Formats: sequence, C-alpha cells, structure tokens
Amino acid sequence: MEVKVLSAKFDIEGANKLEIAKEHGAYATLDKLFAMEPAAVTEVVKASGLRGRGGAGFPTGLKWTFLPKGLDKPVYLAVNSDESEPATFKDRYILVRDPHMLIEGIIICCYAINSHDAYIYIRGEYTSQVKVLQAAIDEAYAAGYLGEKVAGHDFRIDVTVHRGAGAYICGEETALLESIEGKKGQPRSKPPFPAIEGLYGCPTIINNVQSIASLPFILANGADAYKAFGTEKSPGTHLFGISGLVQKPGMYELPLGLPVLEVIDKVAGGVREGRKLKGIIPGGSSTPVLTPEEAQDATLDYESLAAHKTMFGSGGIVVLDDTVDMVKLAENLVHFYYHESCGQCTPCREGLGWMLKILEQLIAGKGKVADIDLLLELCDNIEMKTVCVLSAACTMSLRSYLIKFRSEFEAYAAKNASAEPVM
Amino acid sequence: MSNRAELIESGKPFAFDAERDAEFERLAKRYPNRDSLILPSLWLIQDQQGWISVESIAYVADRIGTFASQVYEVATFYTMYHLRPMGKYHICVCRTLSCYLLGKQQIVDYLQQELGIRPGQISEDGRFSLEEVECLGHCGSAPVVQINGEFHENMTVDKFKELLSTLK
Ligand SMILES: Cc1cc2nc3c(=O)[nH]c(=O)nc-3n(C[C@H](O)[C@H](O)[C@H](O)COP(=O)(O)O)c2cc1C
Ligand code: SF4
Ligand code: FES
Repeated sequence: MEVKVLSAKFDIEGANKLEIAKEHGAYATLDKLFAMEPAAVTEVVKASGLRGRGGAGFPTGLKWTFLPKGLDKPVYLAVNSDESEPATFKDRYILVRDPHMLIEGIIICCYAINSHDAYIYIRGEYTSQVKVLQAAIDEAYAAGYLGEKVAGHDFRIDVTVHRGAGAYICGEETALLESIEGKKGQPRSKPPFPAIEGLYGCPTIINNVQSIASLPFILANGADAYKAFGTEKSPGTHLFGISGLVQKPGMYELPLGLPVLEVIDKVAGGVREGRKLKGIIPGGSSTPVLTPEEAQDATLDYESLAAHKTMFGSGGIVVLDDTVDMVKLAENLVHFYYHESCGQCTPCREGLGWMLKILEQLIAGKGKVADIDLLLELCDNIEMKTVCVLSAACTMSLRSYLIKFRSEFEAYAAKNASAEPVM
Repeated sequence: MSNRAELIESGKPFAFDAERDAEFERLAKRYPNRDSLILPSLWLIQDQQGWISVESIAYVADRIGTFASQVYEVATFYTMYHLRPMGKYHICVCRTLSCYLLGKQQIVDYLQQELGIRPGQISEDGRFSLEEVECLGHCGSAPVVQINGEFHENMTVDKFKELLSTLK
C-alpha cells in the first residue's frame, strides 16, 4: 500500500545534502518554474487538488488566490513546522531527510505568490533537526538557489528559520505570526485573515511543511500525476504517523482514501498478540476517537472521516487496544490542552482547568455520574466561544470519549462510596 | 501556561560572545521589525550561558531597542526558556498520548526514585533536572525522552539505567 512520492529520497543516505539531493532530482523544476507565469503555477496547484496538510485540509492553491491584488505591500510566506499536535511526527522526516524538497517547494510557492521573504517556524524541541534544516538552507544560498538571484533569475528569496520555544499554540497560524513578530503566542481574532493582514500587517500565506514539500512533485509531474493518487476530493499522498498500541509504529506514506482498519492491520501490523482493537484516533489528539465498529467502512480521507463525525487532521493515527483506560486517556488529553491554553479566553483558560479537575476527581474515586453530564455541558459551553479552536480541539475529542465510552466513566463514578449508585 | 520562577540575577554582566553577536547581526537583517529578534535572542542567551538571567534580559532589550518587560513577557510565556540554571543534564520526559500509552509513567517513577526529585525540580548536586513535557514529535518511537536537547527513543527503565550511568 505504501507509495514513494514525498518520501522518494527518505531512504537515500545523505539526501539532506545538496549534492546527493541534486543527483536525485532536487531543484530540477526551477527552469520550468521561472518559464511560467506565477498565476499559472497557482493554477497547477489548484488543479492538483492539494489540500493543506496542517490539519484543516484547506485547498492550497485556492488559499493563495485570496491574496489581494495590486497592493504595494510585501507578501510573506510562513511555513508551519511547529508540528506539536500530539501523535503527529511527519514533517520532521521532511526536515531531516529531504530539506531541499522543502526549500524547492518554498521557491515554487514564493514565485507563485510573489513573496521574497519566507519564514520557517520550527518547534523549539527540534534541536538537531533545526541544524540539518539550516545547513541545507546555507547550502542552497551558497549554490545560488536562495538569495538575490534565485537560480540565476531576477527574483530574490530569503529564507529565515524562526525557532519556537515550547508552545503548542504557536502552531495555530495567527499565534505563529505573533511569535515571529516577537510576542507571546496568542492567536488573533479572524477576520482579517492572514492572506489580507498577516505578518507585520502584510498579506501572508501560511502553509504546513508537508503542503509546501508536495509542490516540487506537482510542478514536475503535473496536476494529473498527483491526482492519480488518492480520491477525487482528497487527491494525493500523505505521510501518516502511526503510533500507540500497534505492532509496527512508524511513518508511512500512503495515498489518501485507504480503509482505516486495513492500514492498521496490513501496514502497521495490527494490535499486539492477544489484544483487541478498542479505538482509533484518526488524525492527531484533536480528532474524535472512532470505535472499531464505526471504523469498519471509514477511509483515510477528508470526506470519509468527516462523514464519520471525526476529522482527517494531521495524519497522526493512534491505535488503542483493550488495555487502554479511556477515562485516564481522556484526562491525559485534557491535561495537554489545559497546559497549552494561551490564556486569553476565559472559557478556555478556566473551562479546561475545570474539566481537568472533574476528571481527576472522578479517577480518584471522588466523582459522580452527574459529573459526566457536567463535562458534556462544559464542552458545549466552551466550544466555538473562543478566539481560536484550541478549546474546541479539546472538547470535540473529550466529548467523543464521554459518549462512546460512557460506561467506563460511570464505572469510576461507581467507585465513589459516598455518591449515588449508578442505575 | 506554566508557573514560572521569579527572575534571577546572576551577579555578572552579560554580553553576547563573538559567535552569538554575529548571529544576532545576521538575523537583524532578516526581520523588518526588531522585536522579532526577541525569541532568537533569548535562544542565543540560553545557548551561551544555559539560562536567562536578569542581566541578559536587560542586555538584549537594549540591543533590540525594546523594553525589558517585553522580553520578560516573552521569556515567561514559552516553556523552553529557563529562567534559572537547570541541572547539568536536563531530562524531559514526554507525558502525552502515545508516550503515555507506552508507559512513560514507569520512566517518570524510576527517575523520581533514582534522582530523588520530582518533575520541576533540580537535584541537590545540580547534576539533574527533571521535567514532564508535552508531545515531542517522535510518537512512533514512544516513549521518548530528551536530555539536553538530544532525543532518546523507545525508552525503557532498563535503557535508562544504562544511560544514567554514563551521565556524570
Ligand atoms: C491549536 C492549533 C495548533 C495547530 N498546530 C499546527 C501545527 O503544529 N502545524 C501545522 O502545520 N498546522 C497547525 N495548525 C493549523 C494551522 O493553524 C494552519 O491551518 C495550517 O498551518 C495551514 O497550513 P495548510 O493549509 O498547509 O494546512 C494548528 C491549528 C490550531 C488551531
Ligand atoms: S481558545 Fe484557548 S488557546 Fe485559543 S486563543 Fe483562546 S485561550 Fe488561547
Ligand atoms: S506523544 Fe510523546 S513524542 Fe508524541
């Protein structure tokens, strides 16, 4: 089932180095690129159907067309390499194994959107990874692929790496911009959207690393070659990170649209000996959990997972077996979001903490059944009432555990000798 | 957000060394607004002296041309900036989802017992500090630990026993 489109060079020793990357086709699209009109490049990306790989799946080419025309302000590109959504570990492979594919993608994007300054926002924990990336950028400058005259053409591109410092919220696109501007990572209210008013008040495109790294293949081979992979509405391939209680965890590149359960069994080896599958988190911690029954006919694409009332998300699939205590898992997740709240909205800052306390009490045998309903009510009262969707990421996933595994929450309530009995 | 320590004075003046000074000046040309230098400058300080002191905050505020309070605000928001000296070996154990499922707690329990410190603390001899952190982006090889920025994957208590004996 595996394919090698983005990962074509991942297993080649030294492919992070320019010389070896070039032997395998790096920067080969640039002559073609500069012979095209920028708008034509955007058209190819639109035609490929590429959707943003940062989690929301917004069509990449379409996003670029939202930039205002005829403004005399600079346009910025921010490449989102924050990769902090729990269970997501795909962009790292691009940064370390094929950084020149990312840089080539940045050149393609900058040319299409007429931007001369790209910032790569990388999470602070990626210490060795940032060095590999910076070394590749330095090589690209030295070889004339970046700088005043990109590949000899009259087009300047500067690429600057901006390191985060341990804040999940900076993956949210407007918090990311704040962070580049030297501020706390607190999301901005939208509108205005960044394409109109982004970095330093100028039009800005924000795209995920994998979205940008998909561009060289698309430009080299054409939109149809990309659309040959995946489904009609979710074309292409994706780097999936499979983790959790599964035999062969790891990163696998797959076309979109494969059956979830088959991928878990055939690609990742299924659950461990003697264990039973209990749940699947399809695309990072924010995506509502699926039961094995629900997952029967689910496929790994944006449409199918939405139809199953969850989300495609970031391609981070977590496999849960029958040993998992869903209440404690839910507590672990709520703790994460509580810890990562930027603190500017009361429902998020206070609400997530309140939910965490309730879960802790429940686990400690001091909860009651009414607490489960209180948690559900809190979810409804927090969701979509805040500046950004971090709080919704928490409540949407928590709600799925509360509803789908309610009996486990009730069993904890029953451990409380002083509370009312469970009927 | 996490609780952060008070600012601490090192008692020594701070200035970038030549290498960091050059990096600061390189970056200054890359941003249209000097406030953008705050995060990179805090990294340069931490890289140079291991933590961020009162003096270093005043120094970079001055170099950038902004208020020290603004630098302090940034330094306290982001959890990776150390506002006090950490242990010689700063151990970060991922506590999130995949690492949780694959037994991060055994590792935390072992370290608490072996080092005699809880997450957030520094051992008396200054050798170790321990922190529980959120997803480190290596979930496919959980549980994951980072020591002074270096990743250790598929960790077990046994592997940690061996590793600790090499950290002097
Ligand atoms: C709380 C939060 C965290 C996010 N973290 C990331 C991240 O780590 N990486 C990423 O690419 N997108 C992340 N996103 C999505 C970005 O806001 C944005 O949609 C994305 O970078 C756009 O790029 P794309 O269109 O190429 O997907 C996050 C969103 C939210 C609300
Ligand atoms: S929802 Fe939470 S993380 Fe998002 S802006 Fe509000 S407080 Fe910050
Ligand atoms: S959950 Fe531990 S590294 Fe991602």
